[in-house]
Amino acid sequence: MSLWSRIANVFRADRLSREIDEELQSHLAEAAEQGRDPAEARRALGSALRLREESRDVRLIVWLDSLRADAVFGWRQLMKNKLVSAAAILSLALGIGACTSAFRLIDALLFRPLPVTHPEQLYELARTGIDPEGRIGTFDGWAYPDFQQMRAAARGEAELIAISYSQQTDITYGSDQYMEKVYLQYVSGWMFSSFGLRPTLGRLLSESDDLKPRAHPYAVLSYDYWKRRFGEDPKVIGRTFRMGNDLYEVVGVGPKRFTGTEPGTIIDIFVPTMMHPGAVRPDWTWMRTLARVNPGVPLELLRARLDATSRAFEEDRAKGFLGMTKKEINEILNHPLIMEPAASGASDMQSDYRTSLAALGVLVALVLLIACANVANLMTAQAAARAREMALRVSIGAGRWRLVRLVLVESAWLAFLAAALGGLFAWWSAPVVVGMINPPDDPARLVLPADWRVVGFGLALTVGVMLLFGLAPALRASAVQPVSALKGGQDPHSRRRLMHALIAVQTAFCFLVLFVAGLFVATFQRLSNRPTGFSADRLLTLDTVARRPQAQVYWNQTLQHLRELPGVESVALANSPLMAGWSWNNSVSVAGAPPNGVLSYFMSVSPGWVETMKIPLIAGRDFRPSDTYPGMALVNQTFAKKYFNGDNPVGKSFDMLFYNGKSAHFEVVGLVGDVCYRDVHEAILPQAYYPFQSRDSKNALELKGQDQGTFIVRTAGANPLAMASILRREVPRAWPEFRVSNIRTQIEIDQSHTVRERLLARLAFFFGVVALLLAGVGLYGVLDYSVLQRRREVAIRMALGARAGHIARRVTADVYSMVVAGALAGLALGFASVRYIESLLYQVRPTDPRMLALPALTILAAALVAGLPPVIRAVRIDPAAILRAE
Amino acid sequence: MNKADSLQGSLDLLVLKILSRRSRLHGYAIMSAIQDISEEVLRTEEGSLYPALHRMEEAGWVRAEWIIKDNGRRARLYQLTAAGRKQLVTEESRWHAVTAAVNRVLRMA
Repeated sequence: MSLWSRIANVFRADRLSREIDEELQSHLAEAAEQGRDPAEARRALGSALRLREESRDVRLIVWLDSLRADAVFGWRQLMKNKLVSAAAILSLALGIGACTSAFRLIDALLFRPLPVTHPEQLYELARTGIDPEGRIGTFDGWAYPDFQQMRAAARGEAELIAISYSQQTDITYGSDQYMEKVYLQYVSGWMFSSFGLRPTLGRLLSESDDLKPRAHPYAVLSYDYWKRRFGEDPKVIGRTFRMGNDLYEVVGVGPKRFTGTEPGTIIDIFVPTMMHPGAVRPDWTWMRTLARVNPGVPLELLRARLDATSRAFEEDRAKGFLGMTKKEINEILNHPLIMEPAASGASDMQSDYRTSLAALGVLVALVLLIACANVANLMTAQAAARAREMALRVSIGAGRWRLVRLVLVESAWLAFLAAALGGLFAWWSAPVVVGMINPPDDPARLVLPADWRVVGFGLALTVGVMLLFGLAPALRASAVQPVSALKGGQDPHSRRRLMHALIAVQTAFCFLVLFVAGLFVATFQRLSNRPTGFSADRLLTLDTVARRPQAQVYWNQTLQHLRELPGVESVALANSPLMAGWSWNNSVSVAGAPPNGVLSYFMSVSPGWVETMKIPLIAGRDFRPSDTYPGMALVNQTFAKKYFNGDNPVGKSFDMLFYNGKSAHFEVVGLVGDVCYRDVHEAILPQAYYPFQSRDSKNALELKGQDQGTFIVRTAGANPLAMASILRREVPRAWPEFRVSNIRTQIEIDQSHTVRERLLARLAFFFGVVALLLAGVGLYGVLDYSVLQRRREVAIRMALGARAGHIARRVTADVYSMVVAGALAGLALGFASVRYIESLLYQVRPTDPRMLALPALTILAAALVAGLPPVIRAVRIDPAAILRAE
Repeated sequence: MNKADSLQGSLDLLVLKILSRRSRLHGYAIMSAIQDISEEVLRTEEGSLYPALHRMEEAGWVRAEWIIKDNGRRARLYQLTAAGRKQLVTEESRWHAVTAAVNRVLRMA
């Protein structure tokens, strides 16, 4: 009680003083009543002030009380100069908020352990190798039969868990007209028990749900999906949904916090791996493999055993490869298996954004440091203005520590007000950045909790920032020499040296931020302006599916129907839009010769596709309605270069070789222009197109039906999306078995490849502007202060006949030489750091003079603008007025 | 807490003792009581009484409350707590031990 009352008394100290005074007064009154002389009684009582202090000190916590007094004093100091304080707080808040936001993202994506038991025991299996561009890459896709052999080999030492890449899938509850998109993942039945997860409702999948191919149509909903889609309805157990031709039964709902193992995607539905059509295919790598390693198992031995098992599997498979040299086969096999810690799961977003987020984190940290330097300079300038006050405090007995605290408390005000604002900024901005990460139809969803990790980071950051900008000025202020300070003659240069050093640091960081921002913006521009080889304007892509394969005649009938709609310019059919992520490659053999090691990429298209896409037809002809697969092919220029030495390929033929030893024969009927096939970052690939219409592989006279395809529509109107709803309705009207599962504009698809670059460019540009602004303000402040300090000197020089130009040089020379030094240091930093972000750049060379000139010129311009007002002020000094005042 | 032979120690003892006999006294009354009973021998320094009272209040030995006296003025009355009673016993025995020791020294030397 006593401690509490003493703490409480700190915050009602005035009342406490009044009470003590009143008690002393009543003592005197009592004395007077007893007939004593009031003056004598007062003398006997002693100094009321001393008594009050003495009593107060026993009744409250002294240090807390003086801290409170310092806080009140510090607040008054801030309020004295509201504008400057607000600017300092805002810039710090932006820095702290951005850093906290970056931490939230990085933590949520890369470091936060999965909500499973012992996440630290989880590892992800991957293979390393050299990719076609010569870079070391890792590939984490596995074929299921390979996985089964590895699982058997690891038994007793580790449990292997298969988890498919999450995919957006169309499912229907009840009527087929109401198709929904869900994020679905095929997982090993034993995943849930191995992760130690318990169902919220019903049951989870188990090993017995994952034994025989296509025999276990059971599904577990994630808690998040159950809440969003079913409003936590307990009757969801037992409901069925259709996916493809299978009817699945919902058997349970997963635990609340488990959202799958792919940070960046929240899984809606889990089904057993055995339901995946690739479960029996040795050549289809569609899943990741996580290993839960038993404690105490030596990792290297386990890795070696898994590597040997997987290699034996691949060697066995390679026996089926035809026409490849031993060297080529060895190259394929020679991809050692690695095990990487996966406590936080494994996702594409992790690998795609690891470097980007780190780069952004560094950028915002630099911005925060620039803001810190500003505030440190501000505090130093204020400390200078208060040197006399400090000296006075020292002379009447204030301890050094007390003075340090006085200034630090003021810094703490700034830091914590900034942290509060910054917290709001982080709360708002982190989800916004996540929202920018993926295209709108496939949004990234990242769980971003604001828990002790985030709050702890924010607090640590705030205290760190406070010490960074507050400690040096505080120590300096406390080291004041009363004698010299009160005489008004301290060495002013010592302060300026600190400020100038900070200006150099600021400029260096600002240069670095601008340099990196310039690289990111240039990368984005080059990628956006890269010709794709086709025209995406007014193109709409309609991914269309049917429950079972539909004969070619119905696809043609629908094509014809769409062509006749008003507002439609042309329509074609392909198995997928270009650049939509779909790819198929195979070896190619020309005239029976063994393949030359270059893979070719394929796509099936209808007659008229080339024209609809506005791809130039260079030689030969387009497909005719009678052309079929296998049979005729169109090839692009790169294909002609790689396989026909650049000769006109029309009339020549080639074979497509399959893994199982079969092949398909094609005659080239046309040569078309190069286009981006898969990704705008990639070099142009050798491509061949074959007709959408294909013959049955068993009965070559029959045409094969298809259960999915994409109608490519070029609209007449400028906004293709205006026709989206009409087209969605018209496709099933043409043939009722068809449903449109997804409508996208081609532009949207193209842009989805540059999402990361756009994000980086935008954020880096934003922080570049902020950094420049802060550095400019800082420069202005220091120049202004130095002019103020040197006004006597300037006045004397002017009185002695110095010219304005001379004065301007004189007051700016020091600071501008610091700016130049800082810029040079920034340049060095830029060169040193560029190799860490090289993987994020596209056709931008950091040594390009333009990339260097931009930040240099920007900083120079900002420095000139920031320096102008103080210089004007310096040359306008009226020597007579100043010298008279002295 | 305080050394038994310090002035403060004896002041605490006196105040506690007075309050154990007569409850609810204000500062002036405590001071007068010490003077009266000791027949003017012990004159506490008036000023040091109040910090001592506040310290004892903080230590939980005495409890204080404001009342309005007949003449309309407010006064702060003190009374002993259970902890104060215990403290009194300790202080008293300590005092006796010290005075006995001093007396022995005076007799034997």
